Amino acid sequence: MNGRREARSPWILHFDTGSCNGCDIEIWALLTPKYDVERFGMMNKGNPKHADILLVTGPVTKKCASRLKNLYEQMPDPKLVVACGDCASTGAPFVGCYNTCGGVDSVIPVDVYVPGCACRPEVLIDGVVMAVDKWREITGASSEGARS
Amino acid sequence: MIKERDEMSRTTIIPFGPQHPAFLEPLNLSLKLSEETVIGAEINYGYNHRGLEKALTSDFRRSIYMCERVCGICSFFHSTAYCQSLESLFQVQVPERARYIRTIMMESQRLTSHLLALGHTAEAIGFESLFMQLFRERESIMRMVNDISGNRVHYSMNAIGGVRRDISAQQRSDIVSRMDGLEVRFEELAKIFEKDPTIRARTVGKGVLTPEIARSYGVVGPVARASGIAQDLRETYCQGLSFRPVVREEGDAYARSMVRVEEILRSIDLIRQTASELPGGALNIPFRGRPTGETFTRLEAPRGELLYYVRAKGTTDLERIKIKTPAFVNVAALSAMVPGCEMADIPVITVSVDPCICCTER
Ligand code: SF4
Repeated sequence: MNGRREARSPWILHFDTGSCNGCDIEIWALLTPKYDVERFGMMNKGNPKHADILLVTGPVTKKCASRLKNLYEQMPDPKLVVACGDCASTGAPFVGCYNTCGGVDSVIPVDVYVPGCACRPEVLIDGVVMAVDKWREITGASSEGARS
Repeated sequence: MIKERDEMSRTTIIPFGPQHPAFLEPLNLSLKLSEETVIGAEINYGYNHRGLEKALTSDFRRSIYMCERVCGICSFFHSTAYCQSLESLFQVQVPERARYIRTIMMESQRLTSHLLALGHTAEAIGFESLFMQLFRERESIMRMVNDISGNRVHYSMNAIGGVRRDISAQQRSDIVSRMDGLEVRFEELAKIFEKDPTIRARTVGKGVLTPEIARSYGVVGPVARASGIAQDLRETYCQGLSFRPVVREEGDAYARSMVRVEEILRSIDLIRQTASELPGGALNIPFRGRPTGETFTRLEAPRGELLYYVRAKGTTDLERIKIKTPAFVNVAALSAMVPGCEMADIPVITVSVDPCICCTER
């Protein structure tokens, strides 16, 4: 675990808490040749216990709220949360729906909000890079060595 | 001795999801295993239920925006089905040009959806380079629809009575040339899907759904067509264009992928036909007043038949909207596909039905 942290490559976990899938497919687009976020030194992994940055999509349905909290608690410190899309940031199109909590920050703390419905891959890259910079700040790694 | 063996092969229950690397969305399967073999599965729904059927009834004009948010993968199908429902309540006839533009957008979205499903299958198999290549093609369609509509995911092109944006002559020739390029490149990828020994080893004979069981579960779309049920609503929708549904007999994960592979080629053909024959005329017909009455609309979405039921009583808000999405029946059929398979085949089989949980649970 420490070795990876010294190498300054945060691992990413993605969780869908009731989104319309619009932002999720844009997250997938990030992993593919046109956008390829791995060049910023991050990797998408499915395991919360290895993850440093949590990407959340969706307005957080009532059934997902406890699962989201659980995943967040399983992640080791320091950890960052990125709310991807309008509905994760504010609950926007689903405000007033009877089964949503209204945004990720009503359940767990959020560090970066990415706007858009659906958020565009370019904006997503901005948001994720911002999170990576913050994470490097916290862990004391300089962004210089990131691409080595 | 026998007793000992019995004890060794006790059944275990393994939860799969709601957060799992193989799933894009929160779906939970409780798998019952005897050693490595799956003997039963229980599907738990409800992680993605937002209450959209209720929200859609608030204002019939705003609902065009909202119903795209039912599902980001087939958003245009939802808004088309919704607009068609209201058009039949208002008794307006959509202009021919709008119908053609809708067809172009729907088929483009089917391409992105099928390429996503195939890419997802390749990823579940562990065939990373194929996944990347399929997504590269998908990205070119995403850029094409972005050029036409200004959006990548929710096109916002539909209006009650027609469409809101036109396709220019320049865009038409762009569409045709993009389709020509895609066809050539995709045919190469199709060969990999058809012949590659790794893909065949992981999908042939896995998750078989016989026609009888398929009928009893009422499956639709590529899942039904891979089990020998020739049912495709585009036969009636695409009047005047040459179209034939793709049908296969095997009913396994391989057949479901191959149906999607061939449907991509048919969709490319349909887009080319529509773009080159696009008739002139108005884009939309205005409507007056508020809707009354009730209506059913059916449409062939990427995953199968999408059904909208709308009831209105002459006010701005609607009385009831009921959406039956294709993934709802297809996901349920998983419990008939998995018994007898290995634990390691679960991701491939699940992905082969192309589950869409946001549609299913709304
Ligand atoms: S922000 Fe919009 S596109 Fe993204 S998941 Fe939410 S509703 Fe869908």
